[in-house]
Amino acid sequence: MTYDVSKIRGDFPILTTLINEKPLVYLDNAATTQKPRVVIDAMTHYYEHDNANVHRGVHTLSEQATQAFEAARGKIQHYINAKDRREVVFMRGTTEAINCVAHSFLTPRLQPEEQIVLTGMEHHSNIVPWQIVAKRTVTNLRIIPVKDNGELDLDKLDALLTKKVKFLAITHVSNVLGTINPLREIIQLAHDKGILVLVDGSQAGPHVPIDVQALDCDFYTLSAHKMYGPTGIGALYAKYHLLDSMIPYQTGGEMVKQVDFEKTEYNDLPYRFEAGTPNIAGAIGFGAAIDYLNQVGLSQIATHEQALLKYATEQIQQIPGLRLIGTAPEKVGVLTFTLAGVHPHDIGTILNSVGVAVRAGHHCAMPLMKRFGVDATVRASLAMYSTREEIDSLVKALHQVHEVFV
Amino acid sequence: VKADLRHLYQEIIIDHNRNPRNFRRLCGDCQQARGFNPLCGDEIDLYLKIEHDIIKDISFEGKGCAISTASASLLTEALRGKTITEAQQFFKDVHAMLTTGEMSDNLGKLAVLGGVVEFPARVKCASLAWHTFEAALQNTAVPACTEA
Repeated sequence: MTYDVSKIRGDFPILTTLINEKPLVYLDNAATTQKPRVVIDAMTHYYEHDNANVHRGVHTLSEQATQAFEAARGKIQHYINAKDRREVVFMRGTTEAINCVAHSFLTPRLQPEEQIVLTGMEHHSNIVPWQIVAKRTVTNLRIIPVKDNGELDLDKLDALLTKKVKFLAITHVSNVLGTINPLREIIQLAHDKGILVLVDGSQAGPHVPIDVQALDCDFYTLSAHKMYGPTGIGALYAKYHLLDSMIPYQTGGEMVKQVDFEKTEYNDLPYRFEAGTPNIAGAIGFGAAIDYLNQVGLSQIATHEQALLKYATEQIQQIPGLRLIGTAPEKVGVLTFTLAGVHPHDIGTILNSVGVAVRAGHHCAMPLMKRFGVDATVRASLAMYSTREEIDSLVKALHQVHEVFV
Repeated sequence: VKADLRHLYQEIIIDHNRNPRNFRRLCGDCQQARGFNPLCGDEIDLYLKIEHDIIKDISFEGKGCAISTASASLLTEALRGKTITEAQQFFKDVHAMLTTGEMSDNLGKLAVLGGVVEFPARVKCASLAWHTFEAALQNTAVPACTEA
């Protein structure tokens, strides 16, 4: 079956929007993707027909809400090939999921002088929680360096993973460079040394097949809004015995079995980590987004995006003064660049004037900006609905930048 | 290129971005402050030498987009030789121009920043130098922050 991008575009209501009287060219997908009609409808349907609290009432609506909510958990479980649905915990997103692991798993375990290893391409959300753990436990952070082409320098990995290292936190895909990290070999090496691994999957979710059992990662995190789903919902995957050994993250209703004023018995997994009324509509929307991704097909999406990435890379490199940052052979559709003599914010404003939406700034990865000697960059990021015409619009707009500034 | 964009990036702004005036550090016991926009990482250091309530010398250093660099450069030109009271009036007039589009006759050359009001995302770029100037008047050690 051929990949019908115009049919896919028809599934996304926002893509017919005009920006400054020009058709929207949305190339800020690594920040958040647009939402297909089926996701919006699933959430509306829940509020119009099923709205009730979950795991509580005996009435019909509560049963319907619970069923839809738990069905969404099952969809996530299958999407990442988790062995057991109890290993999937709903979170607000990757940020909350990483904070949960930092607080509930690592902080109580880490001994003074033990170390945490990160990579030089992490988003702030996979740096700051570990800094806080390190400060509390008087440990150090060690960093796997990034090579000039945007790949991790794995020659340094073996030496970095010393006996002191207890935990490794690594992104599956870089939000700036697009690099897909070779997780299997990294995780295997870490496990050989008794080091547990958390993978930030927020950028991989909509692009790369995820198999947590094959990866053998200990923790994996997702954000629905980067996968064509709603904001404010995501998931933490944790191996059952690890999740079961964690102290509660937030406490209150839902995460308990029995409460009296003397003591509380905590609930079973995964509910122990879902205190309070959850984002039910969000979870249902997340489930609908996964259905949609499966329906279009992740491998078809990847083929489309890779062809477009190749085309876009060739096209933008012809723009005078353009420096592309992140040229790893294995990467997703992310083009991060600078233009000599023009600040990324000025580029962003000029592109927006012709309807082209890109990200300009440090992309919440300031250490990586420093590594490449830049303060800020422009990032154009692709999605399943991106087209060659949109790349042409981007390139044309970048030529306009020269017109304004020269 | 569209008209509002041309209005934003007027020749004077492009020129001040390319060749910022008074782009240097003042030495000695001058007053100074640092301004920072955490959203984009723009940073400026503003230096002031004030004698008898008059701005004898003023300069800046830093990095940022065309709007923030040109705004800082224009600020140093506008405020050199002015009294503190006059400078504070400029601050008010610039603030009104950037946020409401109201153009005071007092603005002079600073009126080239009048196009910024059409681009809400860029107001902070243009106002960074002015907030930093306020901080330098106080000679405060705390960086002026557009997100404060």
